[in-house]
Amino acid sequence: MDQYTKISCTARYVPSNVVTNDQLSKIMDTSDEWIVSRTGIRSRHISIAENTSDLSTKVAGYLLEKSGKKANEIDFIIVATMTPDFGTPSVACQVQGRIGAHQAFAFDISAACSGFIYGLSVADKLIRTGKKCGLVIGSETLSKVIDWQDRTTAVLFGDGAAGVLVEASPTQYFLNEKLCSDGTRNESLTSGYTENKNPYYKETEEVSKYLKMNGRQIYDFSLKDVTKNIKDILADEKETIDYFLLHQANKRIIEKISKKLAIPREKFLTNMESNGNTSAASIPLLLDESVDKGVLKLGSNQKIVLTGYGGGLTWGSLLVTL
Amino acid sequence: MVFEKIQAIIVEELGKDPEEVTLTTNIQEELDADSLDLFQIINEIEDAFDVKIETEDGFTTVQDLVTYVEGQQTK
Repeated sequence: MDQYTKISCTARYVPSNVVTNDQLSKIMDTSDEWIVSRTGIRSRHISIAENTSDLSTKVAGYLLEKSGKKANEIDFIIVATMTPDFGTPSVACQVQGRIGAHQAFAFDISAACSGFIYGLSVADKLIRTGKKCGLVIGSETLSKVIDWQDRTTAVLFGDGAAGVLVEASPTQYFLNEKLCSDGTRNESLTSGYTENKNPYYKETEEVSKYLKMNGRQIYDFSLKDVTKNIKDILADEKETIDYFLLHQANKRIIEKISKKLAIPREKFLTNMESNGNTSAASIPLLLDESVDKGVLKLGSNQKIVLTGYGGGLTWGSLLVTL
Repeated sequence: MVFEKIQAIIVEELGKDPEEVTLTTNIQEELDADSLDLFQIINEIEDAFDVKIETEDGFTTVQDLVTYVEGQQTK
C-alpha cells in the first residue's frame, strides 16, 4: 500500500538571551526605528554558550516528548543548518547520539535559509519509499558567523531551532513542491568561508568568513524568483490556501510578495519581530509558534504553503495539508 | 516619456505627490526613501522598461535613473 508523509508534531527551542534593538544600539551605530522600519525586527535570541547541536538536541527531545515516540522508533534525523558545530560530525549525528536514536541514520543539509524546505522534501521521499518516522530540524547559531562590527547585517539575524516529526500515513498531506537553485548567483550571500591551508598554498586574497550579503541582489531575488516560485506551486490553488509561511527575513519583503501575488497580507504569518532572521530555523519556528497560538492546527486539514529562500542561491516551496 | 514613467513609479512606491518628484530630486534625502525603497523602485523600473540594473550605486537623483534608462534604450 502506498504511504505518504504527515507532519504529526512540531517543536522549537530558542536561547533564553533576548537582545532588543535598543540593546544593539548601545554596541553599534543603529536604532530601534532604523531596524524596525526596514525589517520589522524588534528583538532576537542570541545564544551565549549553546551551539547549534545543543539547540537541535533540545528540539529533538521536545519532539519525542510531545509525540510520545521513543528514540529507537526514529528512522532518520535531518538537520538543516548553515552554522554546524563542526565540518564533521554533522549536527544530525550529534543529535542522534545524544537522544539515543540508535536505529536512525542522520545527516545535515546545507541549503541556507531554504534548508528546512529542502530537508522536509527529502524526508517526504524517505517516507514515501518506506521509512516510518523521522525528525526534520532547522537549527542555527548565526551569531557566530555575524560580523558584529557590520551594523547593516548584525541587526538582522538571530539564533534558534525548531522542527517537525514526520510519520507515514495512508493519506496524502504533501500535495506539491518546487525546489530551485541558482549557483551562478552564489556570491550574493556567503558565509563561513574556509581557506586552503597546506604547505603548498599561498594565500592570494583575504575572503571574509563572516556572513556577507548583497542587499540589492537578494532583494531582487526575493521579489522576483520567490514570487514566481509561489505562483508556480499554487497553480489553481490560490484561493484554497489558508496560510503562507515564508522564510522570515524581512517584513517588507513579505508585504511586497503578498502585494505582487494579490494575496491578502493577513494570510502571511510572521514572527521575525521577536526572532530576527534565523535562516533554516525560521519556517519551523513560525510553524510551531503558530500551532501553539492555535492559528494552525495539526490534523485540521488547513492548507499551507511553506517557502524558503536564501544563499546558494536556493529557494523552494511545499504545499501541504496539516 | 521616460521621466513620466519613472516619476509615476516613484509616486506609487513612496506615496508621494507627482510635484514632489522632479528630475533634480534626491531620492533618498528629499523623498525619505531608504535602501529597500530604492531597490523596489529599481525593480519596478527594470520591469517597466525591460532593462537590467545591476547595482543601486550611482543613483542619487531622479535624473540619474532617467539617464541610465535612456542610455540602455539607445543600445
